[in-house]
Formats: sequence, structure tokens, C-alpha cells
Amino acid sequence: MAYSDKVVDHFNNPRNVGSLPKQDPTVGTGLVGAPECGDVMKLQVRVNPETGVIDEAKFKTFGCGSAIASSSLATEWLKGKTVDEALTIKNTDIVAELSLPPVKVHCSVLAEDAIKAAIADYQQKQQGGPSS
Amino acid sequence: MLKFPIYFDNQATTPVDPRVLEAMLPYFTERFGNAASRNHRYGWEAEEAVEAARKQVADLIGANPKEIVFTSGATESDNLAIRGAVYMYREKGDHIITALTEHKAVIDTCKRLEKEGFRVTYLPVKPDGLVDLDALRDAITAKTVLITIMAANNEIGVLQPVAEIGAMAKERGVLFHTDAVQAAGKVPFDVNACNAHLASLSAHKMYGPKGVGALYVRRRQPRVLLSPIIDGGGHERGMRSGTLNVPGIVGFGKAAELCRLEMAQESARIRALRDRLNAKLHAGLDELHVNGSMEHRLPGNLNISFAYVEGESLLMGINDVAVSSGSACTSASLEPSYVLKALGTGDDLAHSSIRFGLGRFNTEEEVDYVAGKVVAVVRKLREMSPLYEMAKDGVDLAKMEWREH
Repeated sequence: MAYSDKVVDHFNNPRNVGSLPKQDPTVGTGLVGAPECGDVMKLQVRVNPETGVIDEAKFKTFGCGSAIASSSLATEWLKGKTVDEALTIKNTDIVAELSLPPVKVHCSVLAEDAIKAAIADYQQKQQGGPSS
Repeated sequence: MLKFPIYFDNQATTPVDPRVLEAMLPYFTERFGNAASRNHRYGWEAEEAVEAARKQVADLIGANPKEIVFTSGATESDNLAIRGAVYMYREKGDHIITALTEHKAVIDTCKRLEKEGFRVTYLPVKPDGLVDLDALRDAITAKTVLITIMAANNEIGVLQPVAEIGAMAKERGVLFHTDAVQAAGKVPFDVNACNAHLASLSAHKMYGPKGVGALYVRRRQPRVLLSPIIDGGGHERGMRSGTLNVPGIVGFGKAAELCRLEMAQESARIRALRDRLNAKLHAGLDELHVNGSMEHRLPGNLNISFAYVEGESLLMGINDVAVSSGSACTSASLEPSYVLKALGTGDDLAHSSIRFGLGRFNTEEEVDYVAGKVVAVVRKLREMSPLYEMAKDGVDLAKMEWREH
């Protein structure tokens, strides 16, 4: 199948690959998908406690090129957004930006799930105290 | 000079050998006759060419030329063999035995026959991909009319013990059909050595043209009869009506002859290339899993799972190499290869598999390039893989609770 130029670009030059310290109270981690389904995304955000703005985002993805591109794009979009703004990112925005075909829409859904899971993890840490 | 993309998908199809094309060309133009025309030279020339090709194909598999029925390809051959035999011998029984790792042309034919009232046993395979002969023996009943087991598998290249299967079928008085599409022309395959009653062949897997195949139908000890699945002018001794594809058949004959004459030398060369590729991949990467037996295997096949890397992303990373993946991420079902599943390969490893199919026109330079490229891309993707990171941190991935979507 043919990939859009933007998918190819993110695949060849993925943005923000890597990991942040999971135990850090300012870091939220989302791990979604399953190996037997052929895609797993780990997405992490670090939130500046003073401003509530995401100042760092990292990902690692096991999956097809579209899954890698979706998570790479998500980390780009997350940086500089507040937590509330981050939650407004929709999978359809990712589909539109990367011109994903219908069979790849699930990759964008997974990326949205990963964002939500990372933010939820961060919020839980904030409520539950610093070292949970 | 390397030519891109490098073609390492010779189990999907092979290029037509230039010598084959040369043999075919006159039969498109000046010798265009219908092989069934009995009244003029155009027809005679075509018939003569078809009969010469019939002998060339027969010689490749140790058959008599009269036992070769030309078809449009191996899918038709499989359909004709299975349907033709079970319809013809329905009074003797209604039970068919096949294996879970067969080609779709066999599996789906059997599934349709189940809807028509036949009973089918789909044998499991051992972890190395081979049929368990004891399980086969136990599956044969008084109602079994046909065993259909392939000679070599299209995905993992494993060679089934067809000699033992054929002997068992003969002893129990059951017909034995084998889909020999991947084996014929690549490894020694003789219909008498394996007691086959029916065998499917395809031209385009052995450097011949697409759109032509053959079915071997035994004529002696015993004479096998088939109920035709295509009716018409009664071509091919009534078993397959339809004007013969003369240029295609001529090409098939030439391709079969070349394979027969060059097999020993060619298979040794291709095996060495395949082993070189395998060694280089293993030298550059850890956590590789070869799918299927290395011992009983086509010389040109290597099917490897690259753990923690998804197959489609690997294909995208090596887009200047033409190979196939056992991952079916592009399909809506997200189902990985049923062949790998039948081996007991976990879905995660099935999603990580690549089939390398080497053939006549591949070179050592290509192998070295592909090995280097695959190693580099797998390393890069593993750096990006949360599974690789978790595995290296000692997390047991099998015990994780995954949030499936």
C-alpha cells in the first residue's frame, strides 16, 4: 500500500522517540494496544507543575508505519499544550493530518487512547501524592 | 550493479527466464494455431508443441506425458484434483484429510465441500511445520477417499514427508493428492517415489509464465478418474475443457526442462545464498526465530520472526527489498498468518515475520545488501519498540495485561 508523504516522513524521522522516568510524579505514562494485535504504543508526557503545560513528550511504538507516525505526531502536538488542551486532540485530527486510509484509522484511535492514558496517569499521580 | 527493488519474493512468483520467453514467442504470432484444429498445419504445429511441452513437464516429475492435464494454474489444478476426485468416488466415501497449513486453494476447496456434505479433517502440524504421520494414520477411516497434503509450503518452505504419506495412502487404499507447486523444479519430486495419484503444478513458480499450470493424474496402478469441473469441448482427455494456452504451455515445458537440467547446481547455489543471508542476520541481531524446519526446507526459503518488531513497519523500512510479511495489519481483521499460527507461533511473533524467497536470478551482492539493510532497520525499530525495552528490563510480556483496543 502507498503511504502518504507525512507518514513516510514521521516513519523515517520519528520525533521524540525515547522514555521519561516512569516514577517521576510530573510524568504520565500511557501504554495501550497488545502485541498479538500487532501494535503497542507507549506515550509519556512531562508536565511543568507551575504552568500545567506539557514540556516534554516521548513515545515508543511497536506497530506498522502508520502507528509509528500517529504516535510521533501526537508527541509533537502535545508539547506546549496544557493538560486540558491535550485532551481535545481527536483521532480524526491525526487521520486528517497524516491522510490515513480507512484500514489505518485504528492507529489514530490508539494514539488518542495513549494520550488519554498518559494524562490520566499523570492526573492520578497528582491526586494520589507525589510518590505513588 | 544492484537493481532496486531487490526481488526476494520468489515463492510468490518468479520472473520468466529469457530462454523460456524465447521459446514462447513464435506461438503468439506465426504459430498461433489452435491445438485442437485437426485440418491444417497451424493446428498441427500447435498440437506438436503442446505434446513436446507435455513430455517436458512429465519428465520433471517422473510421469508419463499422458498423465499431464494442462490447466490455468495451480488453483485450478487443486480444485480439479480435490473436487474431481471426491465427486467421482463419492460412493466409496465422503471423508477428506488435509492439513491446517495448506494453501488457500486447498483449504477453501475443502471448506466448500464441507458445505456440500463432505467431512474434512484438518490435521495440525508439529512445531517445525511437518505433518505428524501418526496423527495422519489415526485420521484415516473406511470412509476416507482423499488425502491432500502439499509437498512444500509456500510461506515457510517446509517439505512434507510425501513419500511416507503416499505409502500410507497406498496401503490404506486412499487417493493421495499433493500440491507440488513450490517443490517441483526446486527439489527432486517424483510422482512414483511418493505414490502420488494427483499432483498440482504451476509454471510461474519455476520461471515460466503466469496463467498456466498442470495436474498430474495417475493412469496406471491405479487409473484415477476425475469428474470434470469445467464442461465444454472435451479437451485434455475430457478432464479440462477449454482451448489450450499454447504459448503458455510451451513456456511451461521449457521452464520445466530447464529446472530438471539445472536443479542440482541451482539448488546448491541458492541454498548457499539462503544460508549466507541467515548467518548474516543472526550475526547482526539477537532474538530471531526461524519459522519451520531448517532441515526439511526449500533451498530458497527463509521465514524469520524479528521479535519486538512489527512486520509491516519492517517492510516499510526495507522498501527497496521486495519480500512478504506474515503480518496482515493491512487487512481489517488484523489476523496474522494462519500457517504460522498452526506452528504454534504466538501472534506477536507471527506479526514480526518476514518471508525471504531466493531464486535463480539472485546474487551474493544482493544477499549482502539485504542482510545489512534488515539488520540496520530492525535495530532502529527495536530502539523505537516499547516491547524490546520492556523485555530488556526483564518484563515478562506474556504475563502483561494489555489494554486491547
